[in-house]
Amino acid sequence: MKQSNETKAKEMHDVEILIGQILRIGVIISALVILFGLILLMLTQTSGYPGDVFPDKPSVILQGVIALKPFAVMMFGIFLLILTPVLRVVVSIYAFAKESDYLYVVITTIVLIILGVSMVVGYFGK
Amino acid sequence: MLNDVLLLAATGFIAGVLGAILGIGGGMIVTPVLTLAMGVNIKYAIGASIIAVIATSSGATIAYLKDEMLNLRVAMFLEIATSIGAIIGALLTGVAPTSFLFILFGALLVFSSWNMIRKLRGKSDSVVNMQDDDLSKRLKLDGVYYDKAVDKEVPYHVKNVPGGFSMMFGAGFASGLLGIGSGAFKVIAMDTIMGMPLKPSSATSNLMMGVTAAASATVYFFNGSIKPEIAAPLALGILVGATLGSRLMQHLRARVIRMIFIPIILYMGVQMVLQGFGVEIG
Repeated sequence: MKQSNETKAKEMHDVEILIGQILRIGVIISALVILFGLILLMLTQTSGYPGDVFPDKPSVILQGVIALKPFAVMMFGIFLLILTPVLRVVVSIYAFAKESDYLYVVITTIVLIILGVSMVVGYFGK
Repeated sequence: MLNDVLLLAATGFIAGVLGAILGIGGGMIVTPVLTLAMGVNIKYAIGASIIAVIATSSGATIAYLKDEMLNLRVAMFLEIATSIGAIIGALLTGVAPTSFLFILFGALLVFSSWNMIRKLRGKSDSVVNMQDDDLSKRLKLDGVYYDKAVDKEVPYHVKNVPGGFSMMFGAGFASGLLGIGSGAFKVIAMDTIMGMPLKPSSATSNLMMGVTAAASATVYFFNGSIKPEIAAPLALGILVGATLGSRLMQHLRARVIRMIFIPIILYMGVQMVLQGFGVEIG
């Protein structure tokens, strides 16, 4: 019994480290994309769009990213940053499931659903 | 252009350090710099400050691979209250009496600062709450953290769960309706009402803020309130600042954190009460 408790604790520790790494990678990727866009802006001295215009529609941002337009790359990075707390909630559900703490799997799933619904409503209700 | 980028990154850095230490979003630092010092339109300043909140939260998250300071169960349980409060608040925009609510929540902050001054004069930061209630036991909210300032493990209990839950609902409601940051209220709910030590309260508030802000950030993102040339350098500065601030916080004494916290919430409280009476400052 003691043996299995130790294995369990070791496994939980590994899960927590794994989650820490996933979150770190997520945040670093978004920061690098923002930084890349900013460097592009500095080097090219143009936003990629006329005047004060900046892209805020998904399709326009994606097209701009492919064309390496600085403002589009920056907006894409900012959007990735907005998603990092969502990633935090998703991996927390995984952690609670690994811990067999089903009460908190339910609680955290409720948080994710509320978050998802308000994001979708936010997108369509702008 | 380079000057603006550097100024924004530096502002973000400072806001990130302070925000991660205190568990507040840094909007109160970012917004005045943008509107007053740089002449940015308030619409874009609000958009930038919501990105600031997320960057603070995410920067603090990655400071440690395994964050011993925050209480994930408390965060997720209370997040239900805050996010539902935020949605109801946003839905009631234009219906609810905002000036009354500004005065109410402002007064609450002023009262809390008074409460914290009393706490500062007592010994309560070295005495951990050992009171428990049935609900917090059933929800497994009790926790333990390693305090690097005093070099020991601090186990703690959580009390008055319904009170904290209601306060979190109120914090979400106020932020959804009035567009104010709710970090200060979150810290107060955990620290003052639920008896959690200040450091885990701040770290947990930080995590929750990011989750709450992510929902409203999508609205701002797609309605064109987020200007890339403002938000991008600001976010980068904050990410670096918050990662540093979160590490720094672990080594600070709770008393010191409280001493920075009190004047900030007092200022916010007075500002909100005045706004409720129709006077705009800052």
